[in-house]
Amino acid sequence: MKQPISLIVNGERYDTLCQPNLTLLEVLRENLQLTGTKHGCELGECGACAVLLDGEPVLSCLVLAMECAGQQITTVEGLARGAELHPLQAAFADHGAAQCGYCTPGILLTAKALLERNPCPSRSEVREALSGNLCRCTGYLQILDAVDAAAQVLREEQR
Amino acid sequence: MKQPDVLQQESPIGQSPPRKEGAAKVTGKAVYVDDLPVAGAIYGATVRSKVARGRLVGITYHPGVPWEDISVVTAADIPGKNTIALIEHDQPCLADQRINHPEEAVVLLAHPDREVVEKARRLVELHIDPLPPVFDLDESLDGDVRVWGKDNVIKAFSIDKGDVAQAFASAEVIVEGDYATGAQEQLYIEPQGMVALASPKHGITVWGSLQCPYYIHDALATLFGVAKERVRIIQCETGGGFGGKEEYPSMIAAHAALLAWKSRRPVKLIYDRHEDMLATTKRHPSRTRIRSAHDRDGKLLALDVDFRLDGGAYMTLSPVVLSRGGLHASGPYHCENIRVQARAAATNHPPHGAFRGFGAPQSVFAMERHLDKVAEQLGIEPVELRRRNFLQPGQKMATGQVLRDSIDLPQLLDRALTMSDYLRRREEFSRHNEEAAASGSSLRKGIGLASFMHGAGFTGSGERYLASIVAVDATPQGMVRIRASSTEIGQGKDTVFTQIAQDVLGLPSSMIEVIRPDTAEVPNSGPTVASRTVMVVGKLVQRACQELRRKLSEGGLLGESYTPTEFATACGIFHQMGGSLRVESQYQQPSGIEWDDKKYRGDAYATYAWAVYVAEVTVDLVTYETRVDRFWALQDAGRIIHPVLAAGQIEGGVAQGVGFALYEKVVWQSGRMQNAQMTNYIMPTSLDVPDIFVEFDDRATRTGADAPHGPRGAKGIGELPLDGSAPAVISAVHHATGLMISAIPMTPEDLLQALETAR
Repeated sequence: MKQPISLIVNGERYDTLCQPNLTLLEVLRENLQLTGTKHGCELGECGACAVLLDGEPVLSCLVLAMECAGQQITTVEGLARGAELHPLQAAFADHGAAQCGYCTPGILLTAKALLERNPCPSRSEVREALSGNLCRCTGYLQILDAVDAAAQVLREEQR
Repeated sequence: MKQPDVLQQESPIGQSPPRKEGAAKVTGKAVYVDDLPVAGAIYGATVRSKVARGRLVGITYHPGVPWEDISVVTAADIPGKNTIALIEHDQPCLADQRINHPEEAVVLLAHPDREVVEKARRLVELHIDPLPPVFDLDESLDGDVRVWGKDNVIKAFSIDKGDVAQAFASAEVIVEGDYATGAQEQLYIEPQGMVALASPKHGITVWGSLQCPYYIHDALATLFGVAKERVRIIQCETGGGFGGKEEYPSMIAAHAALLAWKSRRPVKLIYDRHEDMLATTKRHPSRTRIRSAHDRDGKLLALDVDFRLDGGAYMTLSPVVLSRGGLHASGPYHCENIRVQARAAATNHPPHGAFRGFGAPQSVFAMERHLDKVAEQLGIEPVELRRRNFLQPGQKMATGQVLRDSIDLPQLLDRALTMSDYLRRREEFSRHNEEAAASGSSLRKGIGLASFMHGAGFTGSGERYLASIVAVDATPQGMVRIRASSTEIGQGKDTVFTQIAQDVLGLPSSMIEVIRPDTAEVPNSGPTVASRTVMVVGKLVQRACQELRRKLSEGGLLGESYTPTEFATACGIFHQMGGSLRVESQYQQPSGIEWDDKKYRGDAYATYAWAVYVAEVTVDLVTYETRVDRFWALQDAGRIIHPVLAAGQIEGGVAQGVGFALYEKVVWQSGRMQNAQMTNYIMPTSLDVPDIFVEFDDRATRTGADAPHGPRGAKGIGELPLDGSAPAVISAVHHATGLMISAIPMTPEDLLQALETAR
């Protein structure tokens, strides 16, 4: 039986009907057409589907949509500040951190949560924070560089 | 962004402008195949044989789903020839009688509800009378069970130079060794998938995640028995390929199109990770036996290589993979007497296929490990042994090809040694290991290296047969559009093609558009494989742009130098006068390149990229873990067009090479992959990839004879890092532990076993 559900995604409220067994990933992509969030394994192994729930990274393939009612959900579509890219997005584009781009949304959100918690992370802290997000293209180093560059921009904005 | 209307004076070659594809990929706007909104789509599923070998005698559709609402396709529904056309037509699209591997597709299903189609898939029972299978490569070659052709040999060739037998007869030192590499999964993060629309009236259109639109185009025309004009293939944004989306996409496109043809509805056929890992191709497992003859100083007098690949159940691309492997088997070394015998054998594994490096990582691993073995046996430093045997320009390679590249390998080696402080570290680690052994500490340190090359572009006469075409046109507003079937799969093709066009036309990036590969819109510039996109296709982009410029200046519309507005005005006038501003350029083999396909003699590749890689590791003798601590990657890959993207290729390739060496183990049982998920097929994470120091040394190419092959002297780069990373890592493990590891992946369990054996 489909159930009514109300989700707050990127500050906007969405009302939809869905089976209670659907994951947040499925509802985002299929009910809300927010396809920026990707599926890579649907077993919580690859991190491609990471989104933020009340600012904390979660794997949307492992969370039921029903559980997320009332929480603030942030997806890649909600990262940019109007027409302007978020500093993480700009840094990823500039540093070669997005090659095929498929793991990028999940990594951007995981990195955003890290920088909010720790505005000045060491390289090994970035490695640790991103260790659940698999990337097969870059070897991660340009991603680490991009997070570092974005952290600097964000710190300067805070001054 | 509006660009100022000024003369573009600085060439963009060697700069790192922002990626053209960047914004869409960081905002979630890039549309991958499963992101396509398809109204009224039904979802496809594939019923597979699960049995490695047998005869299909019946199919039962058990009750439990509304079968009348489900589209069902079997081999009987195929309008044309039941094959996935590639080099040969031996692989069926849907098995009808013979089953040759456990992931053979037999029945296709589709329904608007994904849960229903999944339930239906489980209710199809295939009745298969089993036949004896063969899983072992050498059993296939030497045993009695015939599973392919008359002798299971998909392809065999030999390369012969000098007189090997005589050289061995008189040699002072002979060293022998056996080496092996495992299957490796490409593990692009986006699983494969296709969307299809098909009907006799409208023809066939397929959108998908793919590397080679025209491979699919050919395969579908054959499968449906229709003219090629009736088939259209469109690439979606593609989430990584690495060779894994070279050939198998033809299979998925075929299945999606058959379901669409039968149901008359759009079909979405998207694999989940498990199915993708089970069914799609992997790197060919290899076994190599090397015998080499030397004098006391280590000079290589003769080399005898027996190189074998497990091709899996059908031919697919195995002959070409075998060729590249065999042609790289003797490495960047000079030897007067060489014999390489290469064979690809059929087994009842799913077909193995293209994976970055394409046979070379397998044979380079064997040769580099063998040289370390020779060095140990002769008491010569591995670095010194390599230095004494390097190829020099003017010398003949295994196929008789005279090395025309202006490479100075001893200089490249020296530079790598300096970069990595190799000699000091080697000494320090040797000392550390002695002290650790004495004190009972479990940590051992090692540093090792590999020197190697990678042939750029297709093997032998491949490029001549392909005869790739690139078209460039300009609109009346002066927008230049590059049309090629080369796909963007993460490497930054659109950006690099734009730079090449800007270099010729002197226009801002915003006036260059790279058209998305769509067989209705772009000519066949060949597949996106073989490290050929920048060197071979990029050269065609350059030539087409030169032709476009010539056309405008011959018409007197464009002077020697011009502003973007003057260019646009010239295009406008040209169009008004009724002229066509569309030009094409087609590959022409440079003169002096000769290749004999039958005898494996001649110029195997137009030019090569050269490299020396150094790895530093820590091995823990209590946990048996190996960590790569640092990595230095030095290469001459010709002129680098975009340094940031090029470094990204090297770093990503090294990471895959580290996985190939240490983590990525496919566990087989009865021909099926048992660990077809990311939980227990382990690829490197951000904690596993070391800092990688990448350097490009293009001094030789800037002045040398190899420059004309690519635009501004660019060479192939994508596959190179896969060839040398694994042997460098294992060479460092050798230094750390004293163990002559000769097979990869070397997991902690394998290291434990090797240590127990050595005790």
